[in-house]
This record gives sequence, structure tokens and C-alpha cells, in this order.
Amino acid sequence: MNCSIGPDSLFHDNVLYRHIYNAIGEFIPSSLCWLDHIISGFLIILILVNGVLLGAALYVWLERRVLGRMQNRLGPNRWGPFGLLQPIADLVKLLTKEDLVPQGADRIAFLMVPIVVVFPLIAGLAVVPIARNTFLADLNIGVLYLVAITGLSTLGIFMAGWSSGNRYAMFGAMRGVAMLISYEIPTVLSMVGIVLLAGSMSLVDVVNAQHLPFIVVQPLGILVFLLGISAELNRTPFDIVEAESELVAGYHTEYSGIKFALVQMAEFGGVVAASAVASTLFLGGWSGPFLSGQLGALWFLMKLGFFVFLFIWIRATFPRLRIDQIMAFAWKFLFPLSLINIFATTLQVYWLRDDTGALSRGDLGLMAAINIPLALVTS
Amino acid sequence: MVDDYLRQYGLVAILGIVAVIVPTSMLMLSWAASKVKIRPQKPSDVKSEVYECGMQTIGGKWGQFNFRFYLYALLFIIFDVGVVFIYPWAVKFNQLGLFALIAMMVFILILMLGWVYAWRKQDLEWR
Repeated sequence: MNCSIGPDSLFHDNVLYRHIYNAIGEFIPSSLCWLDHIISGFLIILILVNGVLLGAALYVWLERRVLGRMQNRLGPNRWGPFGLLQPIADLVKLLTKEDLVPQGADRIAFLMVPIVVVFPLIAGLAVVPIARNTFLADLNIGVLYLVAITGLSTLGIFMAGWSSGNRYAMFGAMRGVAMLISYEIPTVLSMVGIVLLAGSMSLVDVVNAQHLPFIVVQPLGILVFLLGISAELNRTPFDIVEAESELVAGYHTEYSGIKFALVQMAEFGGVVAASAVASTLFLGGWSGPFLSGQLGALWFLMKLGFFVFLFIWIRATFPRLRIDQIMAFAWKFLFPLSLINIFATTLQVYWLRDDTGALSRGDLGLMAAINIPLALVTS
Repeated sequence: MVDDYLRQYGLVAILGIVAVIVPTSMLMLSWAASKVKIRPQKPSDVKSEVYECGMQTIGGKWGQFNFRFYLYALLFIIFDVGVVFIYPWAVKFNQLGLFALIAMMVFILILMLGWVYAWRKQDLEWR
């Protein structure tokens, strides 16, 4: 008797996992089925991790190219076709650079920072569904898990600033922590609207509930979420953490060599991961016309690309804000806006739901008709 | 089955371990590169000085900080705890009745009161 997944198992819904598990299970005796679980999980993790690392590398190239074009210059175009191999050249260069630790540094914390900032980028992907019935784990606390994991990056930034023993780094880190915790509240509150509509925190259920993409139903939600997430990622309108003209490079001033490469990778990869989450929550993830089943991964990638381009566009368009403006924006504008969103969504869900608590396509359309003018009026 | 559900957390744990191994292995690779002389490793006093635009650093690394940062941290704690209470309610709301609606409205109203108070006391201004 070999290992295989029965139809009553939870893993039966996870198509990719089931296929890998059953294929490996042929060669494994039934007493070692736990090993089969670990191996097949590890193979999916291999796909996920390689995907996000490759995505981060591609994103670095895309950002430099698109930003270059928007500023009427070429961007990197020498190494490989269209300069596509540029990120690899950068990595090799940084790998062969001397890795300095400043005198006053707390060496252990200094060394731990690259690990702490890269961890949330990779670990956050555990709950994001890639295609229909294709995901690593369908946790029923998915949204909360994401919030918890991304909260770690704040810790990483503060550790970097504090352990460097450099004043610029310390200033950057202090500003960064103040800004990140201020923007965390509206971001988290904007996701409550999604949870209300879907009636579940699992991202798989969220995608299944989107008969109409939530970007239309929750215009206030997407506004607050996008602004909040670009502050969480230290993107340009909110990049006081590493304001080049004031703070040299902010919290990673003292980082060089491979540590700098890892910190930068976490920052750029964070954009890719955040786009993946945003497209799952607001654009319907893998669901879309024409491409059904596992091909929905293509829709997912296209929506991810849309958000990535949006982030680059925002960076090229807006100048940096002052810290008082940034804090005022979070507390006096985004926070009340996200509460208004919760109020409106709650009332609409209460009046429009049917007996089982589900919302049909027509209900969502009606909500969109109410919420879009509301978003225009309030913001 | 509960057993299967818990196994999913096992997968998440494996992903967490991989997420630690990936950056660690890159740091190890860099360390190995310095051992085989691909990467230079010659620290000196001048190189390992704290960077300050070519100037000698005056004073310790601990500058003085604005008190504002502390107030923002307090505000964050207050509102973040509030948010944690909203989430479980939001998950089950579409099966709950009018009472849950009113209860949460009152809760958010109290949060809003605290927010208005903080604004009136000018705790939201960056001075």
C-alpha cells in the first residue's frame, strides 16, 4: 500500500499538491507518508521561492528600464537582450565586494538584518493562491497571517538603523518606524472591508467570493490599501526612510556587499509580493474570462504586472513628502477614510446579504454603484 | 479533517525555514568567497569608521530624538489593539444579526472619539 490522498482529505482540493504527492507516493512505503508530505510541500515551496526571487530580479530590471524611459533616458541596456541580465551582473558585482562592518556596530544584530528583512518577503507567499486549487496552504487566517508576517519588516528596519551605530541610519530607522506603524493601521483596516464581503480570511475564499472584482466594490479600500502599502514598502512618495538627499541612504547606509544586495532584494521583492497580495484581494487573483483552471495563473501574473507597473508609475510621478505631511496624511486622511469604508461596507452587507450570508453578483454591483460616488465625494 | 488542517501549518513552517535558509546561504556564500580570495577582506581603521560624509563623527551614535515618536507609538498601540477586535467580527458578520452591527458601530464610535480627542489635543501634529 502506497501513499495517496483520499477524496475526503483537505489536500484533495489542492490539485498541484495532490499530483506531486501521488506521484512521489508510488515509490514510498506507507509507513513513511509523512516524508511524502514534506517532499511534496518542499517542491511547491521551491517553485514559490524561485518565483519570487526571479520576480524580484526581473522587477529590478523593469523598474530601472521603465523609470529610465519615463525620465527620457534609456536605462540599463548593455548586458543581455534589453539589459535583461543586469540584475545578475549586479549580484555578482556585490558578491565580490568587500563586506564592511563599522566600528560601533552591534555585530550580531547587524548580521541578522538581511535575514529578518528577507524572511517576510518569502514567508508571506504561503497563503497566496496562484491558480484555481493551486496554493501552498489554505489557512483560514490568511489575511491576518499576511499582516503579522509583513509587520516583521518594521523590526528589520529598526534593527538595521540601531545596530549600524550611524546617526543617519538611526534617523532613517526612527522615521521609518514612526511612518510604518502609522500606515499599518489604515492598511489593515482597509482589508477589513474585503473580509466583510468574503466572510472569510482565507485568500482562496476571497478569490471565490469575487463575482465582481473587489476593486469596483471597494474603491475606498483599494485607495487606502495602495497608499498604505506603498508607505510600508518605502516607495517614493513616502520614502523618508532612505531619503537620499537628507540621510545618505537611510537605514542601510552602512551596508555593503552581499548584505546590501539582500536588503535591496527585500525591498524590491516586497513590491512583487505586495502586488501579488493586492491582485488577489482586489482584482480577483487567478479568476478571469477565457483562461480557466490552472491557466488562471496567467491572469494572476497579468494582474500582478499591472500593480507592479502602477508602483513604478507612482514612483516616477510624485515627489517626496515631508515627514509632518506624511504623518498627517496617515492619521487625518487615510484613517478616517478606512473607517468610513468599514461603516459603508457593513451597512451594505447587512441589507443586501441573503439568508446564508452570501452576496450575489447583483448585490456587489449595487454596492459598487453606491461606493464609487462615495469614494469620489469623500476623497 | 483537523489533522490535515494542522499539516498545512507544517508546510508553512517548512516555508519559514526555507525563508531563513535562503538569505543565510547567501551570506555564507559571500563568506566562502572571502575564504577563497574571490572577495577582498582587509578591514582597516579608516574603512570601518562610521560614514559621515568624510567628517569625523562627533559625539556618540545616540542623537537626541523628538518626543513625537513616542506619542505615535502610543497611538499605534491603542488603535492596533482595536483593529484586532474588528477582524474576528468581520469574518462572522454575514451570519450575525442587528445586535452585532450595533455593537461594532458603538465600538468604532468609541475608537473615533479617542481619535478626535487625540486630534483636539494636537497629538497628530508633527511639531
